[in-house]
Amino acid sequence: MTTTTSETRGGAVVPERKSVTQTTANWIDERTSISGLVRELGRKIFPDHWSFMLGEVALYSFIVILLTGTFLTFFFQASMAEVTYDGSYLPLKGIDMSAAMSSTLHLSFDIRGGLLMRQIHHWAALLFVASIGLHMLRIFFTGAFRKPRELNWVIGFVLFILALAEGFTGYSLPDDLLSGNGLRIIDGLVKGIPVIGTFTSYLLFGGEFPGTAIVGRLYTLHILLLPAILVAALGVHLLLLVINKHTQFAGPGKTNDNVVGVPIMPVFAAKAGGFFFIVFGVIVLMATFFTINPVWLYGPYDPSPISAGTQPDWYIGFADGALRLVPSGLGFQIGDFTFALNVFLPIVVLGLFIVLVAIYPFIESWVTGDKREHHIADRPRNAPTRTAIGAAGVVFYAVLWAAASSDLIATHFSLTVEGVILTLQILLIVGPIIAYLVTKRLCIGLQKKDREIALHGYESGRIVRLPGGEYIEVHEQLTDYERWRLVSFEDYKPLMLRPNAKGQISPLERARSVLSGWFFEDRITPVTTHELEQQHHAGHGALEGDSGTEIESGHH
Amino acid sequence: MRKSTDISPLARKPRKTGRRSPLASIALILIGLVATGGAYALFSTTASASTTAANQQLLTEGSKLFQANCATCHGMNLEGTQQAPSLLGVGAASVQFQVSTGRMPAAASGPQEEEKPSQFTDQQTLALAEFVGSKAVGPGIPSKQYLGGTGNAAKGAELFRINCAMCHNVAGAGGALTEGKYAPSLSGVSALHAYEAMITGPQNMPVFNDANITPSQKADIITYLKYLDKNPSPGGLDLGNLGPVSEGLFLWIFGLGAIVGVTIWLTAKAN
Repeated sequence: MTTTTSETRGGAVVPERKSVTQTTANWIDERTSISGLVRELGRKIFPDHWSFMLGEVALYSFIVILLTGTFLTFFFQASMAEVTYDGSYLPLKGIDMSAAMSSTLHLSFDIRGGLLMRQIHHWAALLFVASIGLHMLRIFFTGAFRKPRELNWVIGFVLFILALAEGFTGYSLPDDLLSGNGLRIIDGLVKGIPVIGTFTSYLLFGGEFPGTAIVGRLYTLHILLLPAILVAALGVHLLLLVINKHTQFAGPGKTNDNVVGVPIMPVFAAKAGGFFFIVFGVIVLMATFFTINPVWLYGPYDPSPISAGTQPDWYIGFADGALRLVPSGLGFQIGDFTFALNVFLPIVVLGLFIVLVAIYPFIESWVTGDKREHHIADRPRNAPTRTAIGAAGVVFYAVLWAAASSDLIATHFSLTVEGVILTLQILLIVGPIIAYLVTKRLCIGLQKKDREIALHGYESGRIVRLPGGEYIEVHEQLTDYERWRLVSFEDYKPLMLRPNAKGQISPLERARSVLSGWFFEDRITPVTTHELEQQHHAGHGALEGDSGTEIESGHH
Repeated sequence: MRKSTDISPLARKPRKTGRRSPLASIALILIGLVATGGAYALFSTTASASTTAANQQLLTEGSKLFQANCATCHGMNLEGTQQAPSLLGVGAASVQFQVSTGRMPAAASGPQEEEKPSQFTDQQTLALAEFVGSKAVGPGIPSKQYLGGTGNAAKGAELFRINCAMCHNVAGAGGALTEGKYAPSLSGVSALHAYEAMITGPQNMPVFNDANITPSQKADIITYLKYLDKNPSPGGLDLGNLGPVSEGLFLWIFGLGAIVGVTIWLTAKAN
């Protein structure tokens, strides 16, 4: 089943034969010219690595969301008209609520399979965003966003933001207490924007919060506009994936000019089809056995009550956490205008953070001055500075995310809420710095280890006594295949500061040079062929002595 | 005082009857003393009129238990000390709640007293409660008619969301308060304790008196809590009813964990 095929960039030719299938295919092709597409797609090569399938998980959960979402639209009424609930859930019988809430309850308790569909839809949504997140981390840490894939990174990022927007609009639709409180926070965030905030809020809600328009508006966004953009962006994302082809990890026969793996037809398509059903199955299992978003407990939205432990779904948690961590009382007043910095500051910081994520490929290529195409995925350790930046970003995000559950951390670990918040405030600043330093040293340490193993092999534990009486430990050498993985990565040097045509050095160039120095000053050079040969001549690395690891400093 | 008005007619009676045995005055004094003592006990206990010798015995037992277990912190006359508040006016309901949930006697001082197995039998707890209740007017032990869980669950749920959910969470799963204090989970809490907590406001909880939430509304809330206890979540396991945090954790650890496991399995090379 592992027919490994090598595909040259530029495509291959499908040979023509005559058979019944072929005649049918020909009939279709003469009317649709589909053969070109099939040639391109059918021979698309997928390298075999588990982390390359995370994007697929996102795609499949999106399909599940589309299917179940369609079912839900058959029964959901996106209206805030007041009705009296008269369904079969006893503790809400006779309570006044919006038609949206009432139809959600009706859907959950009185439509056969309705609750299961709702739960599949919601669990799939959580999985959708989570798999996108993991997929993005994989792309980031392997450097798969580098030329020519920077644009696809940006499109993927747009998909991520759309997924968040889809999630949030969907979470708000049932008009239950939890989502209503979430909307109130969004309303507060919008109102916290200086000058335009209040006007924008009135525009969104059609008057003072909560009004009677918001559910209908969010519904239109949730089932029409956002999915339309999402599907379009997804199409472009997949098209670029085919055009750019997959990256692959370095290995024997895997070069920057080919892709080694399984073609889509027939093996990979079968595998992927099976994988779709596995993902679907996992989601259905979760939805069957585990409650998600019990709106019947939250009850209809009413602006006065709130529940302890009110949180958004996990993917909005980082924003909620930012609001919990910002010191209270920030802000000032000029005349009649209040500048609520304790609300506005998180918006600015989070905005900057996500913009940095979106444009990171361009920042890195500018700093490194690397304009080459890259089709070999980096092992994270071989790009220590990028990996360290990524780790710092992950810690920053994780602290914000944890802060969204500060109250539950306090109750479940017998801590004080104030203590948890203060700790997380400190961690938000210090954590990323520590993560950066530790990760960078870890990467360099791992690279040193790799270098040593490539040059000297593994310690075999076999001690041999030489005729002269000397004891040595015999090192087991790697095979060429094993060594390949360890030695094939690119070497970078900090950019030289050079004057331009006019003989001047611009401040921008100077900044770039400094950044480049920071990016590459500590690095381990890959083992060269020359070094390897030398090592082999020196008696197969039997003698350990002072090893060939050296750390180069960029400060010349 | 009532005592004196009671004594005088009883004491005067024998004088009107002329002849009497020498023992008669002793017998009469005895009768007088018993009547006086009985009347004293009758008029000086709580509002409930069913005062009997058994009740007196209960108060005596309560007094002894109080002196042995509570007086060190709350004072010999319930007046309170530096360590603990006065118990005058807390009512029998408060004592019964604190003692039968094991919160009192306190094991250690902390942000708040934790629930633990009770140190006293129901009878001893009742004795303590009646004793403290007899010292000053306070909320009495609630009548059984409100504790049956026969109220309106929907009304109770609405009242619960408005009055209780901000600390105890909509599903009664509990929540954090300031400085390490917390609102405990309400799952499995008995109707009696729920009612007593509402009328006495233990620890950080506010008092919901009968003017704020009427006894029948309290019965509705209790009905809702009982409904939650009896009926498991219609959607499957409830993940602690902690909302999106436990859902998110579950998804990342088990959902995505399972799927990553599958991806590794699918791409594993055959050995």
